[in-house]
Amino acid sequence: MTTGAREHYLGRFAAHRARLAGASLPWLQRLRDAAIERFAGLGLPTTREEDWKYTNLSALERRLFDVVADGAQFSGFRNDVAERELARHALDDTHRLVFVDGRYAPGLSHVASLPRGAEIGSLAELVATRPEVAAELLDTDPEAEANGLAALNAAFWTDGAYIDLAPGVAIDAPVHLLFVATRMDLASFPRIVVRTGAGAEATVIEHYAGSDDAVYLTDAVTRIDAGAGARVTHVKVQQESRRGFHIAGIHTLQAADSRFASHSFAFGGQLARNDIATRLEAEGCNAKLAGLYVGSGRQHHDHHTCIDHARPRGTSRELYKGVLDDASRAVFNGRVIVRPGAQRTDAQQSNHNLLLSDGAEVNTKPQLEIWADDVQCAHGATVGQLDADRLHYLRARGLDAATARGLLIHAFAADVLRDITHAGLRARLSTLLPGQLPEDMGELECELLPTS
Amino acid sequence: MLEIRNLHVTVDEGTTKRPILRGLDLAVGAGEVHAIMGPNGSGKSTLAHVLAGREGYVVTAGEVLYRGANLLDLPPETRAREGIFLAFQYPVEIPGVANIYLLKAALNAARKHRGEAELDALDFLALVKAKLRLMQMDESLLYRAVNEGFSGGEKKRNEILQMAVLEPQLAILDETDSGLDIDALKVVANGVNAMRSPERAMILVTHYQRLLDHIRPDRVHVLAHGRIALSGGPELALELERRGYGWVEAKALETAAGARP
Repeated sequence: MTTGAREHYLGRFAAHRARLAGASLPWLQRLRDAAIERFAGLGLPTTREEDWKYTNLSALERRLFDVVADGAQFSGFRNDVAERELARHALDDTHRLVFVDGRYAPGLSHVASLPRGAEIGSLAELVATRPEVAAELLDTDPEAEANGLAALNAAFWTDGAYIDLAPGVAIDAPVHLLFVATRMDLASFPRIVVRTGAGAEATVIEHYAGSDDAVYLTDAVTRIDAGAGARVTHVKVQQESRRGFHIAGIHTLQAADSRFASHSFAFGGQLARNDIATRLEAEGCNAKLAGLYVGSGRQHHDHHTCIDHARPRGTSRELYKGVLDDASRAVFNGRVIVRPGAQRTDAQQSNHNLLLSDGAEVNTKPQLEIWADDVQCAHGATVGQLDADRLHYLRARGLDAATARGLLIHAFAADVLRDITHAGLRARLSTLLPGQLPEDMGELECELLPTS
Repeated sequence: MLEIRNLHVTVDEGTTKRPILRGLDLAVGAGEVHAIMGPNGSGKSTLAHVLAGREGYVVTAGEVLYRGANLLDLPPETRAREGIFLAFQYPVEIPGVANIYLLKAALNAARKHRGEAELDALDFLALVKAKLRLMQMDESLLYRAVNEGFSGGEKKRNEILQMAVLEPQLAILDETDSGLDIDALKVVANGVNAMRSPERAMILVTHYQRLLDHIRPDRVHVLAHGRIALSGGPELALELERRGYGWVEAKALETAAGARP
């Protein structure tokens, strides 16, 4: 079986190699060649690997996706679908880059004026116009892309976004990267690079949307380099087609005293996997990882996170929540490493799951690897159902059963949504939760939320 | 307002069904305050739960009429919107939902049911603040999660605050005095007394007489072995305080033995 996907993608690579972005740049071709070699060795992950024990990719062995190499050859995207998706997902007060089936769509994008020292744009364009800058941004550690799908992205990536901030530069408005899938049977390989100089600040919303129940594969890789004292917020919103496949890796390196916040919201896809890792590689870093996965039908959501405390005085807070209905499945694996010498690390992790049906299932696993002695680490996980006493109490106050249920579901998710500062996005995420809220009340508005 | 006739209720405990109420009769008219007293296990709280529509209780015989119509077929939320309010013996904590959010949603649900427009934000806040003062509660409690981290006294006061905001037709207070110190008891009693009106009926479910020092009932009933064993005026409560429940229970058993079919 395994040879199916492997041979297919190796064949596609051989056929398209000469037309991939930056094909004339030897350093880039070397990176791609090394990546496809890694893929040839690895193939797709299987459930025999510990990290993929609960996420079975055999569907990706059976379903082989087209790969389209360059923009010139590519004219198949559905503009009407793209525009409809844009209307649905556009966010006010953001710098917006839209990608359709993996390619930058300048006509749908909108970037307001940026402060001096801030650059954002299409990665393929950057490779074409300023390859020396692209070379810096793409100079990453292949070790972090050790699984077959990450290697596939490194070999095939055709476009994506870069956000490059000089030291001290802050972008006030979030950068909204909207990836729209319009075509059946296509694999796209977005690559996103974020580099923030010392003291720089940015919020990046990485957003995937697809509709019409199209079957396709998104295989994305995001690299974030947070300079000393930088503040980077990354918000992932996954709203792929209900039949789409979504595999993504988000890897962050944190310099001294940097603050990194990751928020991952997973709603779509038939099978979705996020690997989110941050390495606190200098002193005094702060990392906050939060997430919410919402499953129904036969959806499968997997979050594997890794917080690597490599140096002293790091703080990390992790909160993941899941709401699972029908026969949906979720996996949460929270790895926390405290390296030797990373003294006075303070790490807390929790994962809470709400099962709305008997058929739903979650596999949750903390994975703490602590090699230092002067540390504070705590973790906790719960799996439960809606509380009958709470439901009754709300109904006894006049809320109907469906609303009482909805309110408890929203209340469960409230602390993950609360930290999203973009009010429009927060409200939209709230509407993606199952269950209705009391009429005329709107979302659990901020002023009506409890203060903690 | 409320008429209970020959009510028999069993509680569903999974494999077994245990009879709790065995032929309870009670009539409470508008403007009246009735106290239901009785020893532990006599069925006081069961009565309160059945009236509020809690699942797990099975009515095997009898009927309950509220304002002349069958109450037992209505789901709990309809009962609430129709003006029945139960102050819970153990108010439930609801993390993630602010107190004020629940108050607003509950009031809106009832007003909508009555065909009234919802209150705008300012009017609503003014109403809630007035009721807060009545209950001597700090405004900050509005913005905390419902009952979460509240002290025992705060929880009970919060129940009465909800009652004051919702202005029910029939209020049932289930052991509202339990766990209250004397100052909190006075505050709760003042809140309840302020709610007394010719249009409103109240049922105070209580084990002890001390709440009745502060809220003077029109009628006192003693529940024993699942039925009203004895009824009287407020002086009955004092007699119970003096003599305990034993003599009433003994009497109830005799009557039950005689009445059993």
